Amino acid sequence: MTKDDPFDDIPGTYLFNQERCRVGFHLNMFFMSLLKDENRKAFLADEKKYLDKYPLSPEQRRAVEQRDWLGMIKHGGNIYYMSKYGATLGHSFQFMAGAMSGVSQEEYAAMMLKGGRSLEGNRSKSEHN
Amino acid sequence: MARIIASLLTSHVPLIGLAVDQGKTQDPYWKPLFDGYEPARAWLKKAAPDVVIVLYNDHGTVFSLESVPTFAVGVADEFIPADEGWGPRPVPVVKGHPALAGHLVESLVFDEFDITIMNSMQVDHGLTVPLSVACGQPAAWPFPVIPISVNVIMYPQPTGRRCFKLGQAIRKAVESYAEDLRVVVFGTGGMSHQLHGERAGLINKEWDRKFLDDMTANPERLLNLGHVDYVRDAGAEGIELIMWLAALGALNGKAKEVYRHYHVPASNTAAGLLILE
Repeated sequence: MTKDDPFDDIPGTYLFNQERCRVGFHLNMFFMSLLKDENRKAFLADEKKYLDKYPLSPEQRRAVEQRDWLGMIKHGGNIYYMSKYGATLGHSFQFMAGAMSGVSQEEYAAMMLKGGRSLEGNRSKSEHN
Repeated sequence: MARIIASLLTSHVPLIGLAVDQGKTQDPYWKPLFDGYEPARAWLKKAAPDVVIVLYNDHGTVFSLESVPTFAVGVADEFIPADEGWGPRPVPVVKGHPALAGHLVESLVFDEFDITIMNSMQVDHGLTVPLSVACGQPAAWPFPVIPISVNVIMYPQPTGRRCFKLGQAIRKAVESYAEDLRVVVFGTGGMSHQLHGERAGLINKEWDRKFLDDMTANPERLLNLGHVDYVRDAGAEGIELIMWLAALGALNGKAKEVYRHYHVPASNTAAGLLILE
């Protein structure tokens, strides 16, 4: 938000600030529409027709169509709204988390069982730790 | 006079609710977590509160981005469990306490907390999972509930210190209610976890343990944590812990630890539970 946003120093993290909310508004409204069973059915029946109702940017539309979970986040998606899209496709939070961090759900689940992702090397971009 | 007798702090991971709903709590994955909930359930049963106030957050279920209230108090007769994409959880409807909730709203507003009044709303896992953690699978929840939602989704979020002050104002409100009610306050969410981005899966046990310690040993340190401190060290979604500080405020920041449980992992999350009197 400000020029030297301290949050920008945190790796692999996309803070849902006012800018991302503005960019991602329609994307998140699409996600949220899937809270209704009738909408989930309509989406699954004709994905393109359903998506045409939402003024998504080309990058957002591509990310949604290609199930590019990290791409959706980068283009203004919020994880909690996005989870409705995940649920519609039968995916859990762990599936999406694995996809966003570039590993399979099994590898991700194994990492969590070992105590999760360590803070070491993931704390700060500038301090490289 | 109504009074706050204790606070219960717990994570509200959706998969914990699913484990209860699907009868998986004794599976090897879940058993260590749920075994640690048993003493808390026994404690709560004995405490037998007349009302429970639950500080939680909505996860993009009730509040779309069209309106984002920082603090919202539910004053309805009842709150229906919401469909979050998988169909609603098979849990009892949550009964409200409109009389105390109405008093709470008035007291908070006159105390300069400009809260949003929710005359009708559904509740998501942020509220129903803590009830399952604390009560198991009863046919009806054993007490009425006043939901208070806190925005921890979109920035700017309230500060931890502001949440603590909200808790103090809740205490003042409860203590000015004439009927002799015993109230327990739940603070929910956390502990360390990150659900999004390449850093998803972050857990920080050491940080969490210090947080649990300082809920009683050094609350002032916790009140001074900024949003960036939570996000950096406890993961982006670890910010939910500011709601624990609201429940601590409801005890005026002076509390004795009665019970503690901590387990990694519950899905993507470090699950913590703390009872303070």
